[in-house]
Amino acid sequence: MRYLPHTDQDRADMLATIGVGAIDDLFSGVPADKLLGDKLDLPDHQSEMAVARHLSALAGDNRAAGAGPFFVGAGAYRHHVPASVDHIIQRSEFLTSYTPYQPEITQGTLQSLFEFQTQVANLTAMDVANASMYDGSTGTAEAVLMAHRLTKCKKAVISGGLHPQYRGVVETLSGMSGGVVAALPPDPAGTEAIIDAIDDETSCVVVQSPTVYGQLIDLEPIAEKAHAHGALLVAVFTEVISLGMLEPPGAKGADIVVGEGQSIGNPLTFGGPYVGLFATRQKYLRQMPGRVCGETVDAAGDRGFVLTLSTREQHIRRDKATSNICTNSGLCCLAFTIHMTLLGEAGLRKLAEANHARACQLADALGAVPGVEVINETFFNEFTLRLPKPAKDAVRALAERDVLAGVPASRLEPGHADLDNLLIVAATETVTDADIAAYADALMEVV
Amino acid sequence: MAIVYSEEHEWIDVEGGVATIGISTYAAEQLGDVVFVELPDAGKTLAKGDEVAVVESVKAASEVYAPVSGEIVAVNDALADAPGTVNESAEKDGWFMKIKLSDTSELEGFMDADAYKAFADSQ
Repeated sequence: MRYLPHTDQDRADMLATIGVGAIDDLFSGVPADKLLGDKLDLPDHQSEMAVARHLSALAGDNRAAGAGPFFVGAGAYRHHVPASVDHIIQRSEFLTSYTPYQPEITQGTLQSLFEFQTQVANLTAMDVANASMYDGSTGTAEAVLMAHRLTKCKKAVISGGLHPQYRGVVETLSGMSGGVVAALPPDPAGTEAIIDAIDDETSCVVVQSPTVYGQLIDLEPIAEKAHAHGALLVAVFTEVISLGMLEPPGAKGADIVVGEGQSIGNPLTFGGPYVGLFATRQKYLRQMPGRVCGETVDAAGDRGFVLTLSTREQHIRRDKATSNICTNSGLCCLAFTIHMTLLGEAGLRKLAEANHARACQLADALGAVPGVEVINETFFNEFTLRLPKPAKDAVRALAERDVLAGVPASRLEPGHADLDNLLIVAATETVTDADIAAYADALMEVV
Repeated sequence: MAIVYSEEHEWIDVEGGVATIGISTYAAEQLGDVVFVELPDAGKTLAKGDEVAVVESVKAASEVYAPVSGEIVAVNDALADAPGTVNESAEKDGWFMKIKLSDTSELEGFMDADAYKAFADSQ
């Protein structure tokens, strides 16, 4: 099959129209030594069967998360997603998930977005939520930009417990608009004195709980100190299921709550696309990025849903818009809504408790291995181990024993020798007794 | 002094060195139903041309620029709960802020009501 629609005659006609002799003449502005002289050294085209065979062989080198004991987390978590979620999200009422600018033909999508917002606001104990961000990290950067707009200050104080990749995205996006990031050093045990870093120049304090190392953080004193200096508390989470057990950040004084929603409804899928959750106080609504769906009544007085407050957005307000987020992870957002609806409040709590119970069981088993220490006093479904050897080496040795043991802290924060022996370990409801026993036995051999 | 108008569709009413500022009835009609007015804090000092407020209707969000320089001595807090006042009474109860003038010469060059009407009709 040909993929190039133009005939030689088409090309000749086009070149004649613009008065150019040959296609190569169009590239005369490129220095000759920068042009590729020969063909790329690639194999010839192959049949569909041969390509499928080749790709299957490549895929065979992967190790799927569900293929054995799996304890990797640090921002992306393996959970069970019921088959009913996949079925419901494919119903025609939800097609397409593209921006519902025409409410008269997109009530299904709009209602699901409205319910998504309600779920996020309830989970976080905040007044309002938007209809999703791309993911937790870009959502965190948007929260920092929003705080800069609200406070007219430019400095974000970042906790050493924030996922380092989230910090990286904040640095990139806020740096482009002149924002300053004051990042504290990595804080595995959750003992940093972040309130000492807050001053009158501070626009916001960004604190993740549970931290990337699993430690739970008391947000209340941080919120108090931030508010005393006119700064906002941005509370971040990477594991949304923790909100099934923990007191919500909104009850602890957070001004903006932002996090990753992947754990509900969405599989790991190689790291994305995921869905960012974003909630804030009513008084900050007009500075909130992203789209908002509202409930209204139509001409006949019946309940209906529309996009609202769109004047803040870039398609109307251009460069003065609150954000340049263009679309959202609509399908991931829908999957979140459906899964959360299936779980309900009681189901979410049970799921959270199952996660925490598994993590406690795992911590007991691994902490009993000689030379291994669990460094977090409190955690949800993830914690950090201090090993008697570099975590990178241990992870490799454990993988050879068929256990995917976790994420070495040094992989997220390179260049910190004190983190070399730290291993971030997660346990969700998918972990079995046999998985935990296999991990503990293998760890005993490896360290 | 009678009310004068700027080409940015603001009205300015000066009394005792203090200018009361709002948007014209024409501008309010063009915007449609006003749903929110974002006002600055009193006490702030402005230069002519600074962005001082945002008026948001169901159709658009538009900046309001300071037509004169000076210090903001009052803002119309009543608009927070009743933004529709801007539509109902744009040039009276729907005022935005009062600015204590720092340079009265800036008042020259604004339009009177008749000139503004002709200007608005030509838009």
